Amino acid sequence: MTLAFAILAGLTVGAAIAAMTLRNLVHCSLCATVSLVGLALLYLNLGAEFAAFVQILVYVGAVAILIVFAVLLTRSGEAPAGRVSYGLWTGLGVALAVFGTLAWAIGGSSALKALPKDSAVPALPVKDVGDKLVGDFVLPLQVIALLLTAAMLGAIVIAMREAKGNPQPATRNPQ
Amino acid sequence: MNPLHGYLLVSALLFAVGLAGALVRRNAILVLVGVELMLNAANLNFLAFWRYGPNPEALTGVMFVIFAIGVAAAEAAVGLALVIAIYRHYRSSNVEDVATMKG
Repeated sequence: MTLAFAILAGLTVGAAIAAMTLRNLVHCSLCATVSLVGLALLYLNLGAEFAAFVQILVYVGAVAILIVFAVLLTRSGEAPAGRVSYGLWTGLGVALAVFGTLAWAIGGSSALKALPKDSAVPALPVKDVGDKLVGDFVLPLQVIALLLTAAMLGAIVIAMREAKGNPQPATRNPQ
Repeated sequence: MNPLHGYLLVSALLFAVGLAGALVRRNAILVLVGVELMLNAANLNFLAFWRYGPNPEALTGVMFVIFAIGVAAAEAAVGLALVIAIYRHYRSSNVEDVATMKG
C-alpha cells in the first residue's frame, strides 16, 4: 500500500461522504465530481489509462454537468430544509451491514491471499483495446450503441413538455 | 496485506457510502448520485481484479469497465430526465412527495 494510494483513497472516499452528507445540493454535486476525479486517478494508479480517460470524459465531463443542470432546473439548491428521510437509522444500518459483510469477506478470503503480492503492471496499449472492441467484443459494442440511442430518445421524450391536447390536471401534492 | 485488499476495501467503503446516500437522502438527484457512486465502486473492483488477477492480457476487466461506464451514462441521462419530468408535474424533486399510488 503506497502513499499515493492512501492519498487517492482518502480523497475519493472523503469526497463521496461529503457529497452524501452536505446540505446544499450544488456543493453535493461538486463533491461528487471530486470523488469521480479521485476514482479516475485510482484507475491511473492501477495502470488502466484508457479506463481513466473514459472516466474523465464521461463522468467528469458529461454526467457531472448533467447533475448540475438537473439541480439548477429543479431549483433544488434553494430548498435545503429536511434533507434526510425518515429511515435515517435504517438506511445507515443497512449500509454499515453491507460494508461489514464485504470487509469480512475480503479479509477472510483465501483466494485473495493466494495471489502474488506484487506483479508487473500489465501493458494496456490503446491499439489492443481497439482491436478487442471490434474483435471479441463487437456484439456488446453494437448493443451499447443501440442502448445509447434508445436512452437518448427516451430522455428527450420524457423531458419533453406534456402535449397541449390532453390537459393533465396539475395536481399539486398536498403538503 | 495485498494491495488488492486495499482497493477492495476502498471499493466496499465507496459502495456503502453510495448505498447510504441512496437510501437516506430525500432529493431524487442525490439518490441518483448515490447510485452512480455504487456503479463506480463496482468499476474499481473490476480494474483492481484486472490489475492483480492472474490473466491481465485478456483485458476483460477494462472492457467490462468501458461498457459499464456507457450503460451508467445512459442510466444517468434517463434518470435525470425522469427527475425533471417529476419536478414539472409535482413541483418537487423530493422522493417522498411522489406518493400518489400509496395505499
